[in-house]
Amino acid sequence: MDATNPLATTGRGPSASRVRSGRRIADRILILASTAATMLGIVVLGSILLMLIVEGVKGFTPELFTAPTPGPGSEGGGIANAILGSLIMTFIGIVIATPIGLMAGTFLAEYGKTSKIADVIRFLNDVLLSAPSILIGLFVYTLMVRPMGTYSGWAGAVALAIIAVPVIVRTTEDMLRLVPSPMREAAAALGAPRSLVIRAITWRAASAGIVTGIILALARIAGETAPLLFTALNNNSWFNANLLGGVPNLPVMIYQFALSPYPNWQSLAWAGALLITVTILALSVLARFVIKEQRQR
Amino acid sequence: MSASPAIRSQIDGRNPADLSAPVRIAVKDLNFYYGSFHGLKNINLDFRDRQVTALIGPSGCGKSTLLRTFNRIYSLYPEQRAEGQILLDGQNVLDSKVDLNELRSRIGMVFQKPTPFPMSIYDNVAFGLRLYERLPKAELDVRVEESLRKAALWDEVKDKLKQSGMGLSGGQQQRLCIARTVAQRPEVILFDEPTSALDPISTGRIEELIEQLRSEFTIVIVTHNMQQAARISQFTAFMYLGELIEFDATTKIFMNPAKRQTQDYITGRFG
Repeated sequence: MDATNPLATTGRGPSASRVRSGRRIADRILILASTAATMLGIVVLGSILLMLIVEGVKGFTPELFTAPTPGPGSEGGGIANAILGSLIMTFIGIVIATPIGLMAGTFLAEYGKTSKIADVIRFLNDVLLSAPSILIGLFVYTLMVRPMGTYSGWAGAVALAIIAVPVIVRTTEDMLRLVPSPMREAAAALGAPRSLVIRAITWRAASAGIVTGIILALARIAGETAPLLFTALNNNSWFNANLLGGVPNLPVMIYQFALSPYPNWQSLAWAGALLITVTILALSVLARFVIKEQRQR
Repeated sequence: MSASPAIRSQIDGRNPADLSAPVRIAVKDLNFYYGSFHGLKNINLDFRDRQVTALIGPSGCGKSTLLRTFNRIYSLYPEQRAEGQILLDGQNVLDSKVDLNELRSRIGMVFQKPTPFPMSIYDNVAFGLRLYERLPKAELDVRVEESLRKAALWDEVKDKLKQSGMGLSGGQQQRLCIARTVAQRPEVILFDEPTSALDPISTGRIEELIEQLRSEFTIVIVTHNMQQAARISQFTAFMYLGELIEFDATTKIFMNPAKRQTQDYITGRFG
């Protein structure tokens, strides 16, 4: 050590303790700031949830699940038609999205891997993942509603499917990549052709993760409003079975009823909002449960 | 100077190398590339029928790479390629006309980490059988039991064949993988450091098993454990930096190696 160098004397003495106390203060400030930010987030979220529960529970009557939405100015009513419409469109949406997402995710993880085309697909998928959902609504409006001349449940389901596909693609690819490559090699070493290795081994090994992705996609589209505004719209009656014409659904019902001047409509909107929130919560819990089961196996 | 007494004492004098055994796999002028990296350089080597041949050498010397050329498992990765000849019963397995899946049913492979498939114990063993043979249920049962017995696992799993193979211990999983491999009745079995992820007791059982399997199969085993090579093999190949340095009967390699590098390695001076 060079004795003439003043910097060489650090390590002990008054300047060192100043440095340490300075660090302690910086440490405290950071802890305080991050705790405050966390609290702020929790308080905001908590107050939204609390408000939702307090207001929503009032509307939870048997009639909510049995009666269709009431007309303007009429008393009472429920949201049974909106629940049914949402269930059907979400179901069709996920049925359309699952095979597309599964196959595309499998291509990215097993066949394309590092190829140019896979990189392009992966990039576009990420763009689609964060695309504003109202754009997807407008896209399907141009694609289906205008040519068909009517709002329809089919258009709604397709819009929801387009939102679900990138979620399923991403989770499928990620989960398949987690399957250790010796597992694929072991199956190939037995003489199994590639398609069988994928179907019998890697899909099976990643099944819980893939199912979780589908559940999360379901949770995502269950509450989407914007893509339905331009496609399924809404109406206050029971709809006919062919899904043509406006199809009542929870998100658009909430949007319209919440803005209405009628107290019974507003109360139904609260109840619908709570119902969707509880459903999404239940789906998320289910997704975690599936993953946990897989880990324990 | 020969290997340390600890290694020499492991050499099993009861099973001397059988130099009259016919050649099962003949490697001729084999070169291997990972992209532009030259992983194996001009390898020439014969593997004899129903003998255990150990491939030893320090990490990265190419011993696993060599093993992975025999069933062309490397071809799962497009940037890897092999040049030269590997003759299995006279047929060049590197020939592009070779049916890979048929080849792999003739050359089985057991990996470093146990790789049970996410299915029942029974289905794990039956997986390879169902690929090539359409067996009636009763016969499939017989073959599964026979394979599990050969892998010394039957007594431990006979009451839980329907349970997942993932629920077994590491050593049991490795024996399950061996059962799955022998079920196909291959000619050659490749072992890629099969015990490096196992405890000593499981390791001992796998080694005993390899000794038993030798009566039916030609065996090639990669190991970084010289005592293991001395214990279970009849022939040993020492590799270094992608080259085959020395190949001979295991006794010769460990007692009286011809090359200086081999001697340095088995006496623990490097590696």
